[in-house]
Amino acid sequence: METFLSKYTKTAPAEVTTWFKAASVNDFPKDGGACVKYKDKQIAVFNFERLNQWFACQNLCPHKLEMVLSRGMIGDHQGIPKVACPLHKKTFSLESGENLNGDLPAIATYPVKIEAGFVYIGFSD
Amino acid sequence: MKNIIVIGNGMVGYKFCEKFVAAQTTGFTLTIFGEEPRPAYDRVHLSAYFEDENATKLEMAPASWYTENNINLITNNRIVDINKEAKTVTDQHNQQHTYDYLILATGSVPFVPPIKGVEKEGVFVYRTIEDLEGMIAYAKHINQIKPNGKAAILGGGLLGLEAGKAVMDMGLEPHVVEFAPKLMPRQLDARSSKVLQLKLESMGIHIHLSKATNQILGDEVITGMEFGEDDILETDMLIISAGIRPRDELGKSCGLKMGIRGGIEVNNRMQTSDPYIYAIGEVALYNQMIYGLVAPGYDMAHVAVQQILGHTDITMASDIDMSTKLKLIGVDVASFGTPFMPADKGLSIIFENKTQFLYKRINVSLDGKKLLGGIMVGDAADYSMLHQIYLNGMAIPEDPAQLILPASEGGGLLGDIMDLPDEAQVCSCESVSKGQICNTIETGAATDLAGVVSCTKAGTGCGGCKPMVKDLTEATLKSLGIEVKDHICEHFDFNRQELYSLIQVKGYETFNEVLDNHGNGGHGCEICKPVIASLMATIHADTANKEYAIQDSNDRFLANIQRNGTYSVVPRVPGGEITPDKLIALGEIAKKYDLYTKITGGVRIDLFGATLNQLPLIWKELISHGFESGHAYGKSLRTVKTCVGSTWCRYGMDESVSFGIELENRYRGIRAPHKIKGGVSGCIRECAEARGKDFGLIAVEGGWNLYVGGNGGANPRHAELLAEQIDNQTVIKYLDRYLMFYMRTAKPLQRTAAWQERLDGGMAYLKEVIIEDKLGIAADLEAEMQTLVNKFECEWTQAVNNPEMMKRFNHFVNSKEEDDNLVFVPMREQKMPQQWQ
Repeated sequence: METFLSKYTKTAPAEVTTWFKAASVNDFPKDGGACVKYKDKQIAVFNFERLNQWFACQNLCPHKLEMVLSRGMIGDHQGIPKVACPLHKKTFSLESGENLNGDLPAIATYPVKIEAGFVYIGFSD
Repeated sequence: MKNIIVIGNGMVGYKFCEKFVAAQTTGFTLTIFGEEPRPAYDRVHLSAYFEDENATKLEMAPASWYTENNINLITNNRIVDINKEAKTVTDQHNQQHTYDYLILATGSVPFVPPIKGVEKEGVFVYRTIEDLEGMIAYAKHINQIKPNGKAAILGGGLLGLEAGKAVMDMGLEPHVVEFAPKLMPRQLDARSSKVLQLKLESMGIHIHLSKATNQILGDEVITGMEFGEDDILETDMLIISAGIRPRDELGKSCGLKMGIRGGIEVNNRMQTSDPYIYAIGEVALYNQMIYGLVAPGYDMAHVAVQQILGHTDITMASDIDMSTKLKLIGVDVASFGTPFMPADKGLSIIFENKTQFLYKRINVSLDGKKLLGGIMVGDAADYSMLHQIYLNGMAIPEDPAQLILPASEGGGLLGDIMDLPDEAQVCSCESVSKGQICNTIETGAATDLAGVVSCTKAGTGCGGCKPMVKDLTEATLKSLGIEVKDHICEHFDFNRQELYSLIQVKGYETFNEVLDNHGNGGHGCEICKPVIASLMATIHADTANKEYAIQDSNDRFLANIQRNGTYSVVPRVPGGEITPDKLIALGEIAKKYDLYTKITGGVRIDLFGATLNQLPLIWKELISHGFESGHAYGKSLRTVKTCVGSTWCRYGMDESVSFGIELENRYRGIRAPHKIKGGVSGCIRECAEARGKDFGLIAVEGGWNLYVGGNGGANPRHAELLAEQIDNQTVIKYLDRYLMFYMRTAKPLQRTAAWQERLDGGMAYLKEVIIEDKLGIAADLEAEMQTLVNKFECEWTQAVNNPEMMKRFNHFVNSKEEDDNLVFVPMREQKMPQQWQ
């Protein structure tokens, strides 16, 4: 169980060693998310079109340890972009990964870049 | 570093620790000894233990709380001696502990009257969880050896009556035996005692008053109680609840000044005759009285903490308010001020209604200007306000009877809550005044009830003052001209009804259009997105496929997300009528995809454990067998439950199944502020439980009775009668209007029952709108509903036939694999998700 969580660590753009080519931008819903498989990881990727920004984080909600965050609704709380877990509406900042409506551990976030119509996620392993 | 030792880890000893922690002081170590095996628990609500035998639930705080706050908690260890000169205490293991300040919070023990035979087996006292465990085990033993066992309770006070209810719940016949000629002799007068007695007897509790017990009968085991020569009560068990005696042995043995009838004497600083030893709670004799209530005990704990910290001006009040309000076995009982009034001191006004077990008495001063006290049995809703009027010496109406008479008799004139003086104590557990509550709002520290509670802690103790705190909060907000906001979330300064009009009038079709034109500049959230999705569905008959990223979790994937992130599938089975072929198809599909199968509360069939990737495959097969979406995932019509009706039932008055199917097919797919359920019963036996639904029909002579606004759930409510003896067309006409009116005006996630309850003008107004068309909108409502009915489309059929829509039913965007995190375990020949935590 703990191993699920420990698989995911926050990765800063400077730490990226691998840019993983995930899928075409058209495969992601506008202002919504989808899940990307990378090795044995599940990464939630969000196309926040209203902000013209992309975000990536672990798909695992730290609350009940289910692989669901990519299926959550996104939005903002006082300007902070966030995702709401579809199971119990726990919300997390898409920037810092912090839990915005409780004291759950932060989720790991990853850098995203778009090149030639493709979505790349940055990993340090 | 100074050592404080508290002897006694009961409610008051714990309160001392809590107040000490709250003072955030340094330079002290705090140790608390308890002789019971567990940390302090709520003795006031001890009878709750009979219900679930859950001791942890009663704990004032878990053992970890003491550790976190650097309090040394020592349970299962009794202090046996105090040495005042050396300032040490000795525990039962002969260990010595030194103190600078010693707090005696040893409480009390049940008083066991010196009656011959009290040592017999089957005689219990009622004080600790261990006592209760012994009683529960013994009651089980009696139930095993004989039917119709009896239990007697000695003492008709508060605890005794609760014990009476408890033994009744254990399956024994309860008999309460009281020495005095009335029940709760310290709180009630003879007439109110009689009203309470009638009520308790109607519940099956036998009451025996004016009984002095001579001896307990039986050889080794109790068989009965003897009151007089020929006056015997047979019983298999006896619980003694005849008052308390302070546990003052330690004070006596170390030479502290004691009261003549027991108790350790304290001054108004809670100091005993030794200035380094304090006594608080039921062991302390203050003003020559032992106070057996928890509130004065808490005040004493507060005073002792403040005195030790050097705030010597904080002392115990000289008059202690012994007012109490409690719910005894579901019956309100309250008494305040001077409940009994000698005729030369004041005048009494008494309202009594034995048919409804109601009694109210107030005592007013001879000049009729002041409230001196009172008693209430059966209904104590006005207690808080009357208690405040008494405490603050507020003016009362010229005819004081108006304070207790029902509103229909010219009563109900309790006055405005804002007339209370600022210093009026509203929350006695946390000592919060009216002024403090109003102040948090006036200064802007709080803007709503939750804010007031978190700023002041009012209402976090016993909770009795909550209604008053709420009223004060609302009245203060109103006095400041602040409208209580009902904006749906931070992104819109509009409520749902206002957004409804905006979308309808301006013809918006997407979430972004609404947000860009009427939002606050943000980007939406999990609250406003589903609200607007629902409004779009109501106004344009959009299905959830159109803008799926703004749909709530379940609507987005047209299925109900379950504990492990898999989904359940519920096809529509209108009215619960299903052919054997369709039933077989459901079974075969469930088998093929290995789905856990269960009949739902709405008498449909639910298939659990489908992965995201499987959903379209399962639905393709269901659709090929003639099924369609059941909308179990939506805030929309779920089922119309039916009884078998006149087609088969020999009692049926009308065809409930046929009409139920017609209604379910009419309203399927429409989205509303919350889910909607219907029911149709073919006769007044009401087998379809129609009155527990948002709309319910019951066939009667001459047509249908139409009920609206019922629900089950956390607050069950029966639907109310909207129209009687109407035909099928009229039912549909009224239901179209009713549902559409609800969909237009309710708040987000408000069921019909809650909406109807808050509707200004209530049922009478609703009838005017729906039946008499007072607002002149009936034709619009019907037309809007007809449009929704005409535009219905099964959204699963729509989705499986559209490759673009199908893209979202993949767990991964870059792989066809399924979620590898899912683990199922077997259960009763089916499967369930593995528990992680």
